[in-house]
Amino acid sequence: MAEGAKEIITQMIGEKIKIEVAAGTADNRLGTDALLIGQKVLEVFDGDGVLVIPDLGSAVMSSEMAIESLEEPARSATMMADSPFFEGAIAAAMEASFGKSIEEVKKAAENTRGMKKIA
Amino acid sequence: MAVNSAKLIEILNLIANDIHANKDFLTELDSAIGDADHGINMSKGFKAVTEKIAAMGDKDCGSILKTVGMTLVSTVGGASGPLYGTAFMRAGQAIGSKTELGFEDLLVTLEAALEGIKMRGKAVKGEKTIVDALEPAVEALKSSPTIDINLMEEAVKAAEAGVEYTKGIIAKKGRASYLGERSIGHQDPGATSCHIMLTAILKGIKDS
Repeated sequence: MAEGAKEIITQMIGEKIKIEVAAGTADNRLGTDALLIGQKVLEVFDGDGVLVIPDLGSAVMSSEMAIESLEEPARSATMMADSPFFEGAIAAAMEASFGKSIEEVKKAAENTRGMKKIA
Repeated sequence: MAVNSAKLIEILNLIANDIHANKDFLTELDSAIGDADHGINMSKGFKAVTEKIAAMGDKDCGSILKTVGMTLVSTVGGASGPLYGTAFMRAGQAIGSKTELGFEDLLVTLEAALEGIKMRGKAVKGEKTIVDALEPAVEALKSSPTIDINLMEEAVKAAEAGVEYTKGIIAKKGRASYLGERSIGHQDPGATSCHIMLTAILKGIKDS
């Protein structure tokens, strides 16, 4: 699911922003690994913000743990979006590709909640 | 009760064994109201724990418990990873650098574990979760000024009653919450794994 989202987003906006997949376990099961999420955040962190977009279940709690365990300055620059996974990811990526702040990117993701698909 | 680091590792291995022995049972419970991975995930996590702590006999009890927590966080995969991971990490922080644990420490660790799980899962009693087994056990240990093996037996019984109680209530957390009223009639896999762990701890303490 995360890989699919990344593929679609990359197709839409190219390589303008850094996206890393932080899903699944080391032995390729479904689920999340808080240590992996923390590592991926640090891989994409370049002084600006990082937005973590969890789906449901363990993803939310693992992301919280990952963010709590980060050191400054990465910790205060990393936020979690409370949004639908896929719609949120696309909206956030789009906003970030325009060079918006982490707060604006997070808001863009969260604004997709309740978005209508069928008129 | 005098549990040194080597004995603590033995007790943790007992937990790992019993989780592994109940792998299919826990997965079956989870297939009824969740995503059918609780037994597999917990078994994977505790197998990794057993390997990680094998050579920690010369380390203090807090470090051992924190290692258990960190290992669960990165190997379980499902929601029980951050939940039990936080529980063991908090328990480790609570006892610090002690190298021998007594009955009072049992309450300290379990109470810290409970607080950790409630914080991480934002859960309270009555939502069909681990809390429904662990909180009654902690309450039982607090019910008398002196903690002994009999009180720990009571605590395990309270956890068992807690598991039974989860059969009659609606799931409010996790994947099971999507089932709403249809979750009634099924016992909670997380409460069940918690009871299995407490039973293993009791067994371990009895042998010490």
